[in-house]
Amino acid sequence: MSTMNTVGRPTAPNEVQTKPATLTGGRGLLQNEALIFEGDGWGKTGVDLPEPKTDGSDLGDLVRKDPIGLPGLSEPETMRHYVRLSQKNHAIDLAIYPLGSCTMKHNPRLNEKMARLPGFSDIHPLQPISTVQGALELMDTLAHWLKTLTGMPAVALSPKAGAHGELCGLMAIRAAHEASGQHEKRRKVLVPTSAHGTNPATAAFVGYTVVEVAQTEDGRVDVADLASKLGDDVAAIMVTNPNTCGLFERDILEISRLTHEAGAYFYCDGANFNAIVGRVRPGDLGVDAMHINLHKTFSTPHGGGGPGAGPVVLSEALAPFAPAPWVVHDADGYRLIEREEDEAVQAFGRLCAFQGQMGMYVRALSYMMSHGADGLRQVAEDAVLNANYIKARLCDLMSAAFPDGPCMHEALFDDEWLKGTDITTLDFAKAMIDEGFHPMTMYFPLVVHGAMLIEPTETESKAELDRFIHAMRLLAQAAKAGDVDRFKGAPFHAPLKRLDETRAARSPVLRWSAPAGSNQAA
Amino acid sequence: MRYLPLTPDDRTAMLAAIGAKSIDDLFVDVPEAARLDGPVDLPRVAGELEVDRALSAMAAKNATAGAVPFFCGAGAYKHHVPATVDHVIQRSEFLTSYTPYQPEIAQGTLQYLYEFQTQVANLTGMPVANASLYDGSTAMAEGVLMATRVTRRNKAVISGGVHPHYVKATETVVHAVGVETLALPAAVDAEAAVIDQIGPDTACVVVQTPNVFGTATDVTKIAEAAHAAGALLIVVVTEAVSMGLLKSPGEMGADIVAAEGQSIGNALNFGGPYVGLFATRDKLIRQMPGRLTGETVDADGERGFVLTLSTREQHIRRDKATSNICTNSGLCTLAFTIHMSLLGETGLRKLALLNHEKAVATRDALAAIPGVEILTDRFFNEFAVRLPRNAAEVVDALAGHHILAGVPYSRLAPDAGMDDVLLIAATETTLDADIQILAKSLSKVLGA
Repeated sequence: MSTMNTVGRPTAPNEVQTKPATLTGGRGLLQNEALIFEGDGWGKTGVDLPEPKTDGSDLGDLVRKDPIGLPGLSEPETMRHYVRLSQKNHAIDLAIYPLGSCTMKHNPRLNEKMARLPGFSDIHPLQPISTVQGALELMDTLAHWLKTLTGMPAVALSPKAGAHGELCGLMAIRAAHEASGQHEKRRKVLVPTSAHGTNPATAAFVGYTVVEVAQTEDGRVDVADLASKLGDDVAAIMVTNPNTCGLFERDILEISRLTHEAGAYFYCDGANFNAIVGRVRPGDLGVDAMHINLHKTFSTPHGGGGPGAGPVVLSEALAPFAPAPWVVHDADGYRLIEREEDEAVQAFGRLCAFQGQMGMYVRALSYMMSHGADGLRQVAEDAVLNANYIKARLCDLMSAAFPDGPCMHEALFDDEWLKGTDITTLDFAKAMIDEGFHPMTMYFPLVVHGAMLIEPTETESKAELDRFIHAMRLLAQAAKAGDVDRFKGAPFHAPLKRLDETRAARSPVLRWSAPAGSNQAA
Repeated sequence: MRYLPLTPDDRTAMLAAIGAKSIDDLFVDVPEAARLDGPVDLPRVAGELEVDRALSAMAAKNATAGAVPFFCGAGAYKHHVPATVDHVIQRSEFLTSYTPYQPEIAQGTLQYLYEFQTQVANLTGMPVANASLYDGSTAMAEGVLMATRVTRRNKAVISGGVHPHYVKATETVVHAVGVETLALPAAVDAEAAVIDQIGPDTACVVVQTPNVFGTATDVTKIAEAAHAAGALLIVVVTEAVSMGLLKSPGEMGADIVAAEGQSIGNALNFGGPYVGLFATRDKLIRQMPGRLTGETVDADGERGFVLTLSTREQHIRRDKATSNICTNSGLCTLAFTIHMSLLGETGLRKLALLNHEKAVATRDALAAIPGVEILTDRFFNEFAVRLPRNAAEVVDALAGHHILAGVPYSRLAPDAGMDDVLLIAATETTLDADIQILAKSLSKVLGA
């Protein structure tokens, strides 16, 4: 019974009982979007370039003659294509993104603006040093902030992500053992079972044998087990602190003491630095090397999987082995040391072609300067407060993996509370999607069954946390009440239903190919 | 602090809900000796205006490529990036999303990665490409490691035409796992020399085309020699636009392509972030490093995309993974794929020709200067010249006249005995006037 206006246009919605499928498969604002290869873009272009005066014939048989297989789109089509795709993504700008261990916090747009200043974005890595003094000043300033916040004497800026930073740290440790003639016997790296996958992968990448260290009942490194495995065949330990269970390693000073007594180095995975920035300096914990994910703690955007940056702070013992290049500041201004042979140090080499992720350095420094020392301390406090608030508000319905004592910046639950419901952690996560939330990290850390690791970060308001908690509580109650269908088939309201990952891996299709019989390129 | 939404009242209420008296109660697990009483010794909170001023002042001290006649290359190239690219990559849904672990709400990222993989595969002439690595140099290192896994051999033969920083970055990593490298002496036409070095223990041969001196080479014969010995051919490309004009690595028999994609869609950024392109043959995909996006269907049979073959990766395989890489170059791949979609094959071919044309014009202008010897015969958009003087000194002198004349080879390899060699690149952004200014000023500095 709809109301009509004077020209007969309904002014209120009709009452419709059923929800018919659309005729085209479209769903309101959510557009179906074909691949760029499936349109009419063969031969098209969205750029206007002057006509070349030559045809490249001076290059003779080096010239590429066969079709390449690259469709083009006009500018409006390009914009539509990518905007339509964008609307199928969750994003931190849309809602809380509680992926544990990932530190999905607000990305200030000032940082984007600063990184795009031509003085930073439009300079070449090999310009004369006299023409990039401001860039080197920025790197030097960033280094000062990182060293001060961590209480460490040196930093290698060039690693391009966290895992690359781990590589840098372990290479420095290896170089130090080589310098002291101990490398041949020190071939093991001790890694707790709760570690990020990158830790054992990096240790193996550098040629070490990985030995796992057990965890205690309360989610921390088993110091007795560690002590029993430390010896003169151990090169380093790799410990995440706060660890991947979201807990601070209470025995951290004992762990570093034992490690150093055994002649090994302490590599700290700094992925969780957000929990302690401004309140605890890793240098005071006996750390020898720690990477800092600028794309986590210092909010350079994750960009759908990078680019990140993973500078590594180093202790006095490891500083001489830092890779090239690095910045020095003296009476003549800033210099970039690009070859380790240039200085009286024992650098282990070079990790990438140029200076690392300058664009991320600018964003990170912009973020740090905005907060200041006091603001960064508040970051850690609010991040920890938010996580504990979530834990406190959910632990009556869901089972906290380590209920006793506070957590740090992330709250860890297991699937004990789902026992008997026939609902898995994965089902629960997919149902969260239907409620408009990105799921937490699932099934990590591996030491907790059906793990659900929730990291809210400090940039969530109390109102957003309450909204999230409300949804989680409703879902938990539904799960316990046996509303299984809501979970088993979820998500129902996302752009796609649950995807068949097994099929993707069994017979991989990793690229578009022209249908058989078509005359399209490639 | 403007990025922190909690009010003092919120904090009080939340602490009460937790049952904590103060925030310090939540940090009790930190050993007392390691607790800081107050903020560290760094400046305090600053407004947007203050930060903008401070950073802008640093930026203003740098000479920007767009403001001067500019001829630097050697692995990083100044190209025009359409405005659409930078707008789209700053959309919240792309900029502020994570690695697409939940595919149902990350189809935007996954579809563009799938399109990116297809574009990279076709551009390099290879069957498959991954979703990116950090940059070209780390892609080369990963390529060498992959070749040792595939061939179960332990030695890489590296051409003297490969960018010295790429060689160094690769050696640093692969030596750590005991892989041997034979890096041949630098030479403008270095490629053919690798053939004599291929032996039964060779896992791979690494050549770069166009090489660091700009020389473009048909590496087909090298591929044949490598394959005959059971080795793989890795082709490094530092200027992705070149593949719009030159024969693709795939056509010439490459098994692995490790390329720098910065030239398409990405700014110079003083060296990073860039985007490593990595492509290979079908039968080798399970030995590939890095993320891969694959096609599948959802519960209703609708096509969708997911990250796949993750059993190669660190988060599943841990110490048995093919690489430790996790975060890669997501947003740079987006910039690449948007720019490539705008170009299309038509635009890319034109762009490549324009680059070549500008470089030829630059070469012709410099060849006329007495004392300047053109070293590179067949090149794409970069060539090497021998000067009658130390090239670094000449570059510094020209920088004093606000001309960025190129990269002295000694900057990359001080010990190569090529102090008089200058690498000069031109692109579609090079103006005829820039070329004239370079030629005139170089003559003057050389006293010719």
